Amino acid sequence: MSMPEQAVAERQLTMAEAVREALAEEMRRDVCVFVMGEDVAEAGTPFKVLKGLVDEFGPERVMDTPISEAGFTGIGLGAAMTGMRPVVDIMFGDFLFLALDQIANQAAKVRYMSGGKLSAPLVIRTTLGATRRSAAQHSQSLHALVSHIPGLKVALPSTPYDAKGLMKTAIRDDNPVVIFEDKMMFAVKGAVPLEDYTIPFGQADVKRSGDDITLVATSSMVYVALSAADLLAQQGISAEVIDPRTTVPLDTETLVASVVKTGRAIVIDEGYQSYGVTGEIASIISDQAFYHLDAPVKRMGAMDVPIPFSPALEDLTVPTPEKVAELAAKLCRKGS
Amino acid sequence: MSSADGTLLDLYRRMLRIRFFEEQVNDLYTSAKMPGLAHLYIGEEAVAVGVCTALRDNDYITSTHRGHGHCLAKGAAVDRMFAELLGKEAGYCRGKGGSMHIAEQEKGNLGANAIVAGSAGIATGAALSAKKRGTDQVAACFFGEGALGQGVLYECMNMASLWNLPVVYVCENNMYNEYTHYRETTAGDIAARAEAFGIPVQDGDGQDVRNVYEVSAIAVARARAGDGPSFLHFRTYRQRGHHVGDIDRAYYRSKDEERQWAEDRDPVKILGQAMIREGAADAAALDRIEEEVRTEIAEGVKFALDAPYPQPEEVTTDVYA
Repeated sequence: MSMPEQAVAERQLTMAEAVREALAEEMRRDVCVFVMGEDVAEAGTPFKVLKGLVDEFGPERVMDTPISEAGFTGIGLGAAMTGMRPVVDIMFGDFLFLALDQIANQAAKVRYMSGGKLSAPLVIRTTLGATRRSAAQHSQSLHALVSHIPGLKVALPSTPYDAKGLMKTAIRDDNPVVIFEDKMMFAVKGAVPLEDYTIPFGQADVKRSGDDITLVATSSMVYVALSAADLLAQQGISAEVIDPRTTVPLDTETLVASVVKTGRAIVIDEGYQSYGVTGEIASIISDQAFYHLDAPVKRMGAMDVPIPFSPALEDLTVPTPEKVAELAAKLCRKGS
Repeated sequence: MSSADGTLLDLYRRMLRIRFFEEQVNDLYTSAKMPGLAHLYIGEEAVAVGVCTALRDNDYITSTHRGHGHCLAKGAAVDRMFAELLGKEAGYCRGKGGSMHIAEQEKGNLGANAIVAGSAGIATGAALSAKKRGTDQVAACFFGEGALGQGVLYECMNMASLWNLPVVYVCENNMYNEYTHYRETTAGDIAARAEAFGIPVQDGDGQDVRNVYEVSAIAVARARAGDGPSFLHFRTYRQRGHHVGDIDRAYYRSKDEERQWAEDRDPVKILGQAMIREGAADAAALDRIEEEVRTEIAEGVKFALDAPYPQPEEVTTDVYA
């Protein structure tokens, strides 16, 4: 972990607390920062991530909006283009589809299309992740969708430390950033130092060092990969777990260096597998670490089906530690 | 607005500038010197000029695919406009936006937009920003009646009304959603759509620049005073096709209708004739303005034709992700 050593002994925050603290600190630091979205004020979002924010900053800076994703994302963009730094809250990542014109045709293009004259320091804060029994329209992980569009930065924190640091970087960025939080991870605890810090985009984090295989994992899948690494350790296989933390920009150097060392890689991500993040990263590794590979680079994404409601079915659609470990062990056996 | 000669002559000059600019665009396009698409504003000049005359330099506008008129009316220079249309580096967007994306931050132009109603959010957000920053800036959101088909417009109007934002929604009803008469696409009463959100609506004659100005000035003053959004509905007419290449239009509108609007309802003629009739200007003064604007346009085109294209490295300039 790249976390500063002195921080380890410090207080533990949940992911939700870390996000809220990042927002509160940035709002104190810069009066231009404000939050807008559905049920962000008194309700503090359905996940209670923003609970209490309105008490400190008032409804002018923690603005409840109508259920109008396209409208308020566009309004956030207009505010961003004229001196403000909005954090637009899109409750479920699935609702990105409702606002995609504003995000992909407008926000992403405004700087380039205006010859660099206009800019949009806009943060879109949203969620990803299945297994909450929320069915097909409240469970998708759609970060590949926005990662595909030039002009959008995309961050996916997997720890409270990363959530706070990446959120602060996003707010201070002069360009649009979409930041995805796993809605199943808001209660996860981790060390978060008291002092101000940011995490630069495009810096992967080695969450666990290892020698035999690289598990590249994003967001929720970092925990799946870490659990898989535990299982593998019992079999004498040493897995390295790397979290890119941002898909755009992507720290290809760290990913490739790891695979050059281990010779094997699985890319694990909760987005749909086809045409997704796993394909992109696997392709980069195959391309740049080809002569160091002892096995084909494998992908594990969400199953390519609309996410089913029934727990008996939904759990089948997402990579699990057991499945990751099984595939990793197979690759290591074949390669050795 | 003062009815002093100077002001009326200035309105006349600014409408004529758009008219001659667009005629030149037509020539550039049909002589294959201009790439892409060209949606001409000919016939609608009074709306852009009237509305923008009611705005200050630091007020905001957002524009549309048919946006040359708005950009010029908000203060863009002819030479850099032409340069942008030709994809030259000297253009307002370094040649990377083109006809449908001209933006000029210094003059409050937050950009023309090629998505119908695509800038409703941007304009409304600029108004929210002005309110948050405590300025008295106003945002004018130009759109055609075709944008009445887009849901995002209503989402934004709802929030503008809820939050009492200083935004003026300017509906330029040129009667045609591309190639389809708006009566085939627009149910009910247009004014009622804005009134449903508690937004006051004012109808205006989009061919009479003085009327456009007067109606706009009230809406802008209202916004500036903190009294919230307005919706202006200007009836106007697109004398040319949806774009330059839309030549055979008989299947969606008659030549008689076109002739009538061009002869009897042309905004430039209407103001010119009114000034002469009212003794505000004589024919010689109008001829002089015409001459000066023709020169300005000719020089602007020459500048743009002679200007260099962007260097290849420009393709990745301003790319950050």
